[in-house]
Amino acid sequence: MTTVHERVDTFHDNDQKPVGYGRMLRKEDPRFVRGRGRFVDDVRLPGLLHLAILRSPVAHARILSIDTSAAEASPGVKAVVTGAMLAEQGLAWMPTLSNDVQAVLATDKVRFQGQEVAFVVAEDPYAARDALELIDVEYDVLDPVVDARRALEPDAPVIRDDLEGKTDNHCFDWETGDEAATAAVFARADVVVSQDLVYPRVHPAPMETCGAVADFDAVEGKLRLWSTTQAPHAHRTLYALVAGIPEHKIQVISPDIGGGFGNKVPIYPGYVCAIVASIVTGKPVKWMEDRFENLISTGFARDYIMRGEIAATRDGRILAIRTNVLADHGAFNGTAAPVKYPAGFFGVFTGSYDIEAAYCKMTAVFTNKAPGGVAYACSFRITEAVYLVERIVDCLADELGMDPAELRLKNFIRPEQFPYTTKTGWVYDSGDYEPTMRLAMEMAGYADLRREQQEKRARGELMGIGIAFFTEAVGAGPRKNMDILGLGMADGCELRVHPTGKAVVRLSVQSQGQGHETTFAQIVAEEIGIPPDDIDVLHGDTDNTPFGLGTYGSRSTPVSGAAAALVARKVRDKARIIASGMLEVSVADLEWDKGSFRVKGDPGKSVTIQDIAMRAHGAGDLPEGVEGGLEAQICYNPSNLTYPHGAYICVVDIDPGTAQVKVRRFIAVDDCGTRINPMIIEGQVHGGLADGVGMALMEMIAFDEDGNCLGASLMDYLLPTALEVPDWETGFTVTPSPHHPIGAKGVGESATVGSPPAIVNAVVDALEPFGVRHADMPLTPSRVWDAMRGNARPPI
Amino acid sequence: MQVPAPFEYERATSVDHAISLMERLGSTSRLIAGGHSLLPMMKLRLASFDYLIDINDLHDELGYIEAGPDELRIGALTRHRELLESATLTAAFPIFADAERVIADPIVRNRGTLGGSLCQADPSEDLSAVCTALGASCVIRGPGGAERVVSMEEFHVGPYETAVGDGEILVEVRLPVRPGCGSAYEKVERRAGDWAVVSAGAAVWLDGDVISDARVGLAAVGPNTTGIPEVSAALRGQTPSESLFEQAGAIAARSCDPATDQRGSADYKRHLADELTRRTLRRAVERARS
Repeated sequence: MTTVHERVDTFHDNDQKPVGYGRMLRKEDPRFVRGRGRFVDDVRLPGLLHLAILRSPVAHARILSIDTSAAEASPGVKAVVTGAMLAEQGLAWMPTLSNDVQAVLATDKVRFQGQEVAFVVAEDPYAARDALELIDVEYDVLDPVVDARRALEPDAPVIRDDLEGKTDNHCFDWETGDEAATAAVFARADVVVSQDLVYPRVHPAPMETCGAVADFDAVEGKLRLWSTTQAPHAHRTLYALVAGIPEHKIQVISPDIGGGFGNKVPIYPGYVCAIVASIVTGKPVKWMEDRFENLISTGFARDYIMRGEIAATRDGRILAIRTNVLADHGAFNGTAAPVKYPAGFFGVFTGSYDIEAAYCKMTAVFTNKAPGGVAYACSFRITEAVYLVERIVDCLADELGMDPAELRLKNFIRPEQFPYTTKTGWVYDSGDYEPTMRLAMEMAGYADLRREQQEKRARGELMGIGIAFFTEAVGAGPRKNMDILGLGMADGCELRVHPTGKAVVRLSVQSQGQGHETTFAQIVAEEIGIPPDDIDVLHGDTDNTPFGLGTYGSRSTPVSGAAAALVARKVRDKARIIASGMLEVSVADLEWDKGSFRVKGDPGKSVTIQDIAMRAHGAGDLPEGVEGGLEAQICYNPSNLTYPHGAYICVVDIDPGTAQVKVRRFIAVDDCGTRINPMIIEGQVHGGLADGVGMALMEMIAFDEDGNCLGASLMDYLLPTALEVPDWETGFTVTPSPHHPIGAKGVGESATVGSPPAIVNAVVDALEPFGVRHADMPLTPSRVWDAMRGNARPPI
Repeated sequence: MQVPAPFEYERATSVDHAISLMERLGSTSRLIAGGHSLLPMMKLRLASFDYLIDINDLHDELGYIEAGPDELRIGALTRHRELLESATLTAAFPIFADAERVIADPIVRNRGTLGGSLCQADPSEDLSAVCTALGASCVIRGPGGAERVVSMEEFHVGPYETAVGDGEILVEVRLPVRPGCGSAYEKVERRAGDWAVVSAGAAVWLDGDVISDARVGLAAVGPNTTGIPEVSAALRGQTPSESLFEQAGAIAARSCDPATDQRGSADYKRHLADELTRRTLRRAVERARS
């Protein structure tokens, strides 16, 4: 059942909802707008030392020697540490989140430009930085592997000779779907279209770079680590496994975080260096990377070279989709994805369409580039999958001479088919695609836009209309088949109601700007009737929150949000029993009315949740068998992922003389199931759409032939500004998730996933008069001009 | 945190004081005005100086826009924002406001200066193209207060290199004022605030309906901002027309020397040199007529 709503512009609709969902202002914003947020770099401890990292200037080289003597003698320097020194302690290498290893500090070779080679600890950050200049490293420069297409050539230099017996740059192979069945469908199809596509390497570039403050107390034997992490509990477990410090003696604190987008999921060498430095010096040590370091060394995203093939009938019935992918994973496989999903959730490349067969074959390789792979709000590679399917569907529309909206409408999975099992084995929980698509078309004035385009084309003006329809798979995930290094992807939640009826809820997930302190208070408020302002949300501190795997892949609301709702219901169940004692009726005679229990048929007899809380902590009698207090905890293991969807329409104008693309309009209709705080959802969507404009039009981490990173500053790696984006036009439909306790689906990455194909489709549509069927991102003026002249080239 | 290597710092109290400090400290010193090019280079440790001489206190002496009968004089410490907001300058040479609107962002424009922009001599820098199009001359003061005046062509010696020698300071830019002038600037950038992929400035002087003089300055298409004498020669004495602009654009495209980089291919930049030359000439003529 889908309900269609008009766009809501009022900020006051929460007035009608004294508790729970609605457009309330964010509880965390007063401290942010007043500059009172507390970020990792704000942590100041007595005796704090500062750490700076020396990085490799070249992409591939053998380290011949490192002379640290001058740096050690530099004023204010407390320690200089190299990989060889770490190796003596068995700490030179650490596991990645994908069961590979990564050098904390290089020992034998450097494998990408920007790799960590040594670190300096000094009394202030300036002394540390100055001393880096005094470390003398002698490199024997080796040929780098820059082009992923050449990584598996027999004469390619072997990057990972640290791995025993490794003689090539192969990282992994992966496949999904049915190869033979797909081939059979392709063989009998009327129409087959294939298209090569590149999703170039991009970077999340959060406003706050990565960093940590490590404070090892040798007397207590306890490590406190403030760090920029999206997954404090998972990190704590990994530190315990790597550093050998008992897990109960490690406290990871993720304070206010200035943006993550997946960049802060991995454990970076800098964090480990800070821990080692604190242990070595006996002092607290701070490491904060600068922008250059963040861009060249931390988790990138995408870097997929894809071939998409689509088979259809002449009248536009899509039959099968097949793809072949070459994935560039950089020097170490640092992808953060569930263990059984080395390509993340790329398997949803079949999109929103009811097809007969699908198959994907992927090969991943090592190159001399920074490690990473899953980052930048991608929902575990769904960004790449959605781009692939939405681009080739447009190619098919072009081939068939069909309107791309009509082609999509014809092939959508129908509402009665849900739960729908895709040909790659994903079970879409719920969806009703056509109303979402129709609403987007109505908001856009789709037919009028097409008329306008015809008129403009006749005058030689270039206008394009691009559509993307996505289905996401978020909320990882069911622990039976999803874990990261053996840790199941479930999430805990604790709720404690104080005697006066105020409450604190403790989450295992951690906000990087998503508004958890508001959204989760609203979820609990809706369930237990305590106003959201009376509920504090605690998160990000492993000593004070239950275990869980953290915030990424849009999983907070689907997983932790479910946990919050269920823990509140658990408390409410107890409150009901206490209320029955207070009102001297049986539990069955009580009904719940958002904040109070009343006797059925006698509305005058009721007790509020606040009355119950006081009773639970008071001196009076409680019903037999009921303990005092009003609190509960839970660990929620999702039974399935949730599958939000959305229809996006982009309108662009291109200057025929300069080939500059202007995004004139962008209509985004999202269906993320039950909506908790529409203002926060819109904020998430706005940000993701801006991300999409960046990726589609300007962002790319490029490398030269020597492996030098050409995107190492924000002058070179362009992020969009307010001047590149239009006024977003957002709308929504609501198709609740059947298995989520409140029907919510998660929306954090929807817009980042859905917007790039809409923009690229619009640009390609605008270039139709030039016979262009495809052009790769980033669609900079120069690259668009190339496409106009029939010279569209992949960016790598 | 990006921090520069250690340096010493002194605030100059007058132009002559700045010159005497430079004389004493030699090439290990550098003037700092707005600092928006210098400080990032120092923070990335691409540049390192033992001494910085801060001339921001000299704004009273070097920050002005003065219109005279024959020339308009702009002090070297005049900030981008002042250039953008000057009614005098916009009335005489609207090319300045065109360019300033697309230079960086308000934060940079509040601090960055005309002199700093020209002395940085970045091949992609916008005001060099503006000054080239307007046929500006630069006043350089040296030890003992001696001043010399050089043309824009002489001012630019190479990429990031100017005619300003050790112990010298650019104090003023002079723009000749002649009747019938129209001017315009266009820039193609990948994103607001980015350096130009290519930009073009054009100035034309009409005598009746005939072009008495015209100049085009292109940025980001070679080692230095390029003024193209051949364009001027082709336009002088002609009546403005689309075909004339096309001819000028073609000359601009073949006269420049762009390189392929992340901002665009050499072919594309050459195309833009043509396209933007035509556009700016068209607008400059419109303005000269109005």
